[in-house]
Amino acid sequence: MRSTFLRPANLAWKAASSYESATDSVPLLILPQPVGTGAKAVDGARSMDERSGDSLAAGGAEPVSAIDVRLVDVTKRFGTQVTAVDRIDLEVTDGEFFSLLGPSGCGKTTTLRMIGGFEQPTSGLIELQGQDVTWLPPYKRNVNTVFQDYALFPHLTIFENVAFGLRRKKTGGAEIRRRAAEMLELVELRGYDGRKPGQISGGQAQRVALARALINRPAVLLLDEPLGALDLKLRKQMQLELKRIQQEVGITFIYVTHDQDEAMTMSDRIAVMHRGRFEQLGRPQDLYERPRTSFVAGFLGVSNLMTGRIDGADGAYAIVRLDASTALRLPREGVSDGASVQLGVRPEKIRLVGEGSATADLNVLSGRVRDASYTGVSTQYLVDIPGGSKMTVYEQNTARAAAAGLRRKGDMVGLAWSPADTFVVQPGRTEPAPSRYQEAPDVRRT
Amino acid sequence: MSWFRRHPTATAYLLLAPGIAYLAIFYLYPTLQMFLVSLWTGTVEAGYQLTFNFGIYPQALAQYSDHFLRSLLYGAIATLLTFLIGFPLAYFIAFRGGRYKSLLLFLVIAPFFTSFLLRTLSWRIIFADQGLALGPLKDLDLLPEEFRLTATPSAVIAGITYNFLPFMTLPLYVALERIPPNLLEAAEDLYAGTWQRFRRVTLPLALPGVFAGTLLTFIPAMGDFVNAELLGSPQSQMIGNVIQARFLRVSDYPTGAALSFILMAAILVGVFIYARVVGTEELTGGTS
Repeated sequence: MRSTFLRPANLAWKAASSYESATDSVPLLILPQPVGTGAKAVDGARSMDERSGDSLAAGGAEPVSAIDVRLVDVTKRFGTQVTAVDRIDLEVTDGEFFSLLGPSGCGKTTTLRMIGGFEQPTSGLIELQGQDVTWLPPYKRNVNTVFQDYALFPHLTIFENVAFGLRRKKTGGAEIRRRAAEMLELVELRGYDGRKPGQISGGQAQRVALARALINRPAVLLLDEPLGALDLKLRKQMQLELKRIQQEVGITFIYVTHDQDEAMTMSDRIAVMHRGRFEQLGRPQDLYERPRTSFVAGFLGVSNLMTGRIDGADGAYAIVRLDASTALRLPREGVSDGASVQLGVRPEKIRLVGEGSATADLNVLSGRVRDASYTGVSTQYLVDIPGGSKMTVYEQNTARAAAAGLRRKGDMVGLAWSPADTFVVQPGRTEPAPSRYQEAPDVRRT
Repeated sequence: MSWFRRHPTATAYLLLAPGIAYLAIFYLYPTLQMFLVSLWTGTVEAGYQLTFNFGIYPQALAQYSDHFLRSLLYGAIATLLTFLIGFPLAYFIAFRGGRYKSLLLFLVIAPFFTSFLLRTLSWRIIFADQGLALGPLKDLDLLPEEFRLTATPSAVIAGITYNFLPFMTLPLYVALERIPPNLLEAAEDLYAGTWQRFRRVTLPLALPGVFAGTLLTFIPAMGDFVNAELLGSPQSQMIGNVIQARFLRVSDYPTGAALSFILMAAILVGVFIYARVVGTEELTGGTS
C-alpha cells in the first residue's frame, strides 16, 4: 500500500536531482522544489521521459547506469604518519546499495566522511553525479548523512528535526509539513511529530535520523554504522527495514559497517577495506564464494586455508599438491603451473564422510575429530589434518547427518568437498588495480 | 544499617538535616529578623520599637527610586557586556581551546585569587585622573586635562563587568563544551551555513548556560556597592550603596532593611519572568 503510494514520487525525486545536476553546475544548495500537486505531476512526466530516453539511447541493450559517486585516486593522511585512506578508486552507480566493510581503523568512515564533505582528501578527486565536489563544504553537497549516534538535535521536536534541512533551504511551510508527514510515514513514526529526541527509543531515533536525511532527497545517502547502537534483534529488523526504504525511495546508499552479516544482507555490492585500501570489491556472493585475499577469506565468514603447489591439470581443474601424499583440485582459471598457492574452502561446503568412502570427483582429506559442538542448526567440528593444520566443518543437522550419528572426539573422518568450491587467495593485499570496473551489479531492486 | 534501608525517606531527611539546620540558623532566622527590623520605628539614640510600620516600604521606594532604577540599568548593561565578552571567550575555549582548555579556564578564574575589593581599588588607582593610564596621555596632550574615567557611570559599569565576567564565562563554557560536535556536523550536512549552525544549534543548546550566567551576573550586580563606591561618584550611587549607608553610616536600620526586601522582591519577580520567557524559548528551540 505504502510503496504503491510512494513510488511515482520517488521516480520524480531521482529525476529531479539528476536533472538539477545536469543544468545547475554548482549551487546545489537551493534545490527547486515542485510546488503543489500540479508541478509534481509535470515532474513525474519528465522523469518518465528521461527514463525511457535513457533506455532508447542505450539501443535496448543493457541500461546504462549513471555514476552517482566517483572517487579517483583518493588519499587521506592525518599528520605525516597515518594514512587513513590510501589511493582508492570507486564508482557507485545510481540507486545502488553499496557497503564499505572492514575492521575499525580500516579507513571506511574516513572515506564516507570525505564523500560527505566533513574531511578533505589529501589528494584525489571526489565527484557527485559528475560534479567535482572535492572542496565543497557539506552544506553545498547534495548528499545527506545518517550519523553513527544519530546526532538528532535535542532541543528540537521530531518534526523540526526532520524539517531542519528543508527549513534551511527555505522550503514553504505547507510543503515542509507534507513532506515531513510523508517521511514520518515512510519510517513508520506517524504521530511522533511533537516529541523530543529524549523521549523516543534508540530504534525510533535511528528512524528519525533516516527521515531527517531522506526528506532532502539527496543524490546519495551516507550511513555511518547506523545500526551499531541497537541490540541484535532490532538490528536484524532494521536491516530489512533499511533495505525496504532504500528500494522505495531509490536513492543511492553508501553504508559503512564492520558487521559482515549486515553488509551481506543489504548490499548490492561491498568493498572490503583493510589498511586504507580496498581488498576486494564485488557482489556479496562473489566475495563470499570467491574471496581473493586471505584477509577477505578470514573477515567474511570462516575459511579453511591451506598451502600447496600447482602440479599439472585435470580437465577443467588444476591439481594442487599439499604434500607428497595429498593432492586436491581447484578451478584452473588464474593459477599457473608450478606456482605456490594458498587455497581455501568454506566450512559448510565440506561434508563428513566415512574414511575412504569418498567419490572420485571430490576433494578428500582425512583427519581426526578434535572437537565437536552442537549448535542447533548445525554441528561444528574441528578436525586435525595430518601435517598439523586444522579444518573447521559445519554440518547441517539434517536427517542424513543424524542417521550417520554425531561424530565424537577422536573419530577418524573423511572431509569431502567439490573442487569447484575451492578458491585460491593471495596472501596479502595484492590487488594492484582498483577492482571498480569489474562485476557490475546485476541484482538490483528486484 | 538496616534501619536506614527500611526507612529511605527518613534517611534522606537525616542526611539533609545539617544543611537545613544551617540554612535555618544562618539564612531563615536573619531574614525573618531583618523583616521585623524593617517594621521598627525610632532612632539609635532613642531606641527602636516594633510598630509594624508597613508605611516605610512605599516611603523608601519613593525616596530611593532613582537608585533602584540606576541599579537596574547598570546591572543590565553590565550583564549584557559580560555576555558579549564572555560568550566569544567561552566559545573560543570550548571549541578552539584544544589542549590549552584547562590553562585558559584557569586564566578566566585567576583574578579570583586576588580580593575583589583590592582589584577594584587598583582600578581606581590605575584610572585615576593623573594615574598610570591617563597621566601620560594627558602629559602628551593626547587627552584634555579635564578628561576622567573614575567617578563616572561608565567606570562603575566597567568595574561590574570586569568583576563578574567569570560568573558569565564559566556557565557559558560548560554549556558550549557539552554540545556534541556531531550535532554541528549534522547541521552542516543539512544545509546550515556557519551562521545558521550557530543560530539554530549552538545558541539554543547554550541557552541553559546563558540563563545561568546572566542570573549569576545580574543578581549580584544589582546589589553591588563596591564598584559604585570606589569607581563612581555620588551621582552614580546604586541601591547597594544606599543600603550600606543606611546600615553602617546613619544607622537607619528600618529603611535599610526595607530597601533590602524591596530589592529582593524585585529580583525574584524579575528572575521569575525571565525564567518563564527563556524557559519557553528553550522548549521550542527558538524555531520560527
